[in-house]
Amino acid sequence: MNDLAFLTWVRGTGLDIALGIFVLGIILRLVEIYSLGAKPDLSAPRATPGASGWHTIWRRFIPNDGAIKRSPMTYIGGTVFHLGLAIVVLLFAPHILLIKNFVGFGWPGLPSQIIDLVSVITLATMILVLVDRLNKPVKRYLSTFGDYFTWAVTFLPLLTGWMAVQHLLLPYTLMLALHILSVELLLIVLPFSKLFHAFTTFSSRWYNGQVNGHKGVVV
Amino acid sequence: MSTTDPFEHEPGTVGEGLARRGVSRREFLKYCGVVTSMLALPASMAPAMAQAIAKARRQSVIWLSFQECTGCTESITRSHSPTLENLIFDLISLDYHHTLQAASAEAAEHAREQAMKDNDGKYLLIVDGSIPMGNPGFSTIAGISNYDMLMESAKGAAAIVAVGTCATYGGIPKADPNPTGAVSVGDLIKNKPIINIPGCPPIPVVMTGVLAHFLTFGKIPELDKLGRPKVFYGETIHDRCYRRPFYDQGKFAKSFDDEGARNGWCLFELGCKGPVTYNACATTKWNDGTSFPIQSGHGCIGCSEPNFWDAGGFYKALSMPADPLVLTKKAVVAGAVISTAMLYANRGKKSAAKAAHETTTLADLQK
Repeated sequence: MNDLAFLTWVRGTGLDIALGIFVLGIILRLVEIYSLGAKPDLSAPRATPGASGWHTIWRRFIPNDGAIKRSPMTYIGGTVFHLGLAIVVLLFAPHILLIKNFVGFGWPGLPSQIIDLVSVITLATMILVLVDRLNKPVKRYLSTFGDYFTWAVTFLPLLTGWMAVQHLLLPYTLMLALHILSVELLLIVLPFSKLFHAFTTFSSRWYNGQVNGHKGVVV
Repeated sequence: MSTTDPFEHEPGTVGEGLARRGVSRREFLKYCGVVTSMLALPASMAPAMAQAIAKARRQSVIWLSFQECTGCTESITRSHSPTLENLIFDLISLDYHHTLQAASAEAAEHAREQAMKDNDGKYLLIVDGSIPMGNPGFSTIAGISNYDMLMESAKGAAAIVAVGTCATYGGIPKADPNPTGAVSVGDLIKNKPIINIPGCPPIPVVMTGVLAHFLTFGKIPELDKLGRPKVFYGETIHDRCYRRPFYDQGKFAKSFDDEGARNGWCLFELGCKGPVTYNACATTKWNDGTSFPIQSGHGCIGCSEPNFWDAGGFYKALSMPADPLVLTKKAVVAGAVISTAMLYANRGKKSAAKAAHETTTLADLQK
């Protein structure tokens, strides 16, 4: 299979399979979670200012006192690479075109030089975050294969995408195909790993905030 | 042209032919200068190239046309006419070429056989068109199948030049579902040096440039992994495109007649395959350097790449799905069905657990 045929496969059949698994996985896991339900809390709610699901969603963007000092890489590095990923994924013109193809609408993109800069910053931050995980004994102890695996499947699309644009190592066509393939791997892994937090972060924050808020506890 | 020039007098040489046609040495050197720069050779090579080509005996060339549209011949004969490239081409001893030769029928075939016999091991075989392997009768010349003619002619060739995407990679005849079982020259011949000059058609100066290289150095130029001369196919159209700054700025034409298109913005969103197409269109251009498809407002269709016809549609951007997402749609339906079943199963389990729950009374605790 030549490079262009490989690229056509990952844009065609490969994408179809990956998106199929992704969509199926997302539906099943969301239904699985939400169909659990919760017993009605019959106790009288205790109204405390700032204690609600919505408050918690926003409050958890703010680190606890002293947390940044204790573990700067976790907070700063984590925030930077999440923002970087969002910018690269959502504001690079070819990505917007793909999203537009699925949802029917798009938005203006950023110049490719800015995307390039953000990619490099994000790649570097992700490496630093990994090094931090490996260096800190507690973090290393708590880390499982799943943590390293999900790091890798998140890192690879970013790396291959950047290398494709920069024409590094392999011809652009092949690197672009590898980039799309790595994204497909990410799509397949996402619903069945901790990466599913992309879909559950806010709802779980809300749930925690709401349950504790009912008891008058600010979380 | 000076008659004291040494390489003009030898009979049967290119130099003699040039003199006969009234081409001046200055014009010829100028041409060699252009070719050396195109081939990324040092400028000092131009006189050496002139000397080599002028002294070279007229290279016997046999041109075979199989499953093709004659577009490659149209390209090489017309696009640059009447420049020196064409004269060089004329001055090659083109011993066999369906479209261009005066002879027909048996006389034509005889010319091919004679050229093969007289120049055994030395002639250059040029092939355009793919070879049908489904049935030998799909394409024949003088009752000889394309496969047989290729194999017979390739035996005594010094090198083979596959011209056009059909000969290099199967091209349009090989497009899905490939009804004739079309294959490329490289699929069939493994024991001869093959230069691939893909394109639908290839750029004329690229064809003549490669021939000039062969005449000068007596060997094939450096090739990439798809057998293409690196000097012409080393970079993508996108990388050398004059519209590239618009891509980098995120300025795209959204339709062929919008403001972006009129401003000459990037055609990526309209399906341009420039980023994955290795060819020299953006630098050498066509029609004597006049223009190339992107300059005339249409995206690149990737015609110098294998399987370009089946690469997901000419008007679909590279970042868009190449095929309709059939499985994904099915996954949505399957997801809805399975999750509904799951929902009821979970509820059933919950109700069963509730029903099976035994209430603890005060008496139980006092036991």
